[in-house]
Amino acid sequence: MSIEAVRSGYNFAYLDEQTKRMIRRALLKAVAIPGYQVPFGGREMPMPYGWGTGGMQVTAAVIGADDRLKVIDQGADDTTNAVSIRAFFRDLTGVETTEQTEDATLIQTRHRIPEKPLMEDQILIYQVPIPEPLRFIEPSEVETRKMHALEDYGVMHIKLYEDIAQFGHIATAYAYPVKVNGRYVMDPSPIPKFDNPKMDNCPALQLFGAGREKRIYAVPPYTEVRSLDFEDHPFEVQRWDASCAICGSRDSFLDEVVMDDCGNHEFICSDTDYCRTRVAEQGESA
Amino acid sequence: MNTEPLLQVRNVTKLYAAGKGCADVSFDLYPGEVLGIVGESGSGKSTLLSCLSARLAPDQGSIQYVNREGELLDLYGLSESRQRQLQRTEWGIVHQHARDGLRMGVSGGANIGERLMATGQRHYGDLRATAERWMADVELDIDRIDDKPTTYSGGMQQRLQIARNLVTHPRLVFMDEPTGGLDVSVQARLLDLLRRLVTELGLAVVIVTHDLAVARLLAQRLIVMRRGQVVETGLTDQVLDDPQHAYTQLLVSSVLTP
Repeated sequence: MSIEAVRSGYNFAYLDEQTKRMIRRALLKAVAIPGYQVPFGGREMPMPYGWGTGGMQVTAAVIGADDRLKVIDQGADDTTNAVSIRAFFRDLTGVETTEQTEDATLIQTRHRIPEKPLMEDQILIYQVPIPEPLRFIEPSEVETRKMHALEDYGVMHIKLYEDIAQFGHIATAYAYPVKVNGRYVMDPSPIPKFDNPKMDNCPALQLFGAGREKRIYAVPPYTEVRSLDFEDHPFEVQRWDASCAICGSRDSFLDEVVMDDCGNHEFICSDTDYCRTRVAEQGESA
Repeated sequence: MNTEPLLQVRNVTKLYAAGKGCADVSFDLYPGEVLGIVGESGSGKSTLLSCLSARLAPDQGSIQYVNREGELLDLYGLSESRQRQLQRTEWGIVHQHARDGLRMGVSGGANIGERLMATGQRHYGDLRATAERWMADVELDIDRIDDKPTTYSGGMQQRLQIARNLVTHPRLVFMDEPTGGLDVSVQARLLDLLRRLVTELGLAVVIVTHDLAVARLLAQRLIVMRRGQVVETGLTDQVLDDPQHAYTQLLVSSVLTP
């Protein structure tokens, strides 16, 4: 892509080169210490905190002219957040965008990991609201950093214990804590725990950006990511009795959609690309 | 086996200002021994206790501890992670205000289980059973196991704190005014409980109190402090029945007898 594609008056990918360099340095450190939260000088982005400013800064720092970008929000390519972020980068980098997981080199995501398996030449970038998995029990940042440094992770199981004591099973369904590379406990961002197993030994590089909290962390390719659990209450993912109303899938993460005001509902795939691909395949074979 | 001291304290000094803090304290604590530190408010008791339990580095002096493996450890020569490891495996720390020692946001059962989870216990059923056993041991109603400590009374919180500390079978427990702020009948029950647990588990205890009755009931040996200095030490009965130092005499004579 030529540089003329960038809107005049703006640098390629919005951030200035020194800022991108600073973020890349933080990313290198994050990759070197899997699961460790690296502080970085987060910038103001032209959108509010909580809309994915962290993920956007990471994307801006790693995107190149020949990348192909996919943006998903809750698995969908066509929601406001995804459409806006995709338009933003098309405008300010001129890179190609795609909705197909296998065609993308960069995937920025909120709340989901694509259903199609990721590949070695792909980078998955997560938008993270609260990067600190210990925050719910320890409000002090000084203390949580010390706990990470000393591997003092007893409290992590308290949350799971409380779940079982209250509900009889581990009821935490998203942002389910994981241990990365046998060392750091990490918040995988608010993805459903259904997606946790996909992080383990993933061939793609996974980068996490938290804009408001100004933290970056990463899981390098082929790194062990283990979900915390108890011996007598092992980690399990969600299962549905229903199948997708559009493509009939029984293996993907399903969203419940209310159809009318009489309480009728249907389940559909949350990953729109996966669903579309399946429908297309069924059309071919039929 | 009880010939070697568990804790050797030599010339420990921590002064915030002249006469504020503790100065030049030395003693040995043997396994299974209960040592009371008494004195009025501001005499440096709690400062000393913080120094002993690796929470406040002294300005001078040394504290050495013999761990389960029989190694002699210099407390402030240890890395922070080793210090924490000692605190959550071999020691217990019972705070004056239960809120300082408990996690108020999670249930009583989780409070008891935390240390076990921190030391690698990963079986929910076992954790639950241990928590229930300890609830019973400290005379808490088992039905309250899933309630948060915020809904407990002061005495119950204090007992929960004790259970939470003793669950990993520590060898040495530091207590800072464990009966402070409790009414007399609750105090009496708590003291009974402490005395029973200390004997059953063979704990060594350093207990800070300004209440001589508590000291007499629990401690075998006493250290009397005033303005940061140790003014008298000896067996509890000896110190309380035949005080030598003028300040100890004042302290003993100022106890109200109903």
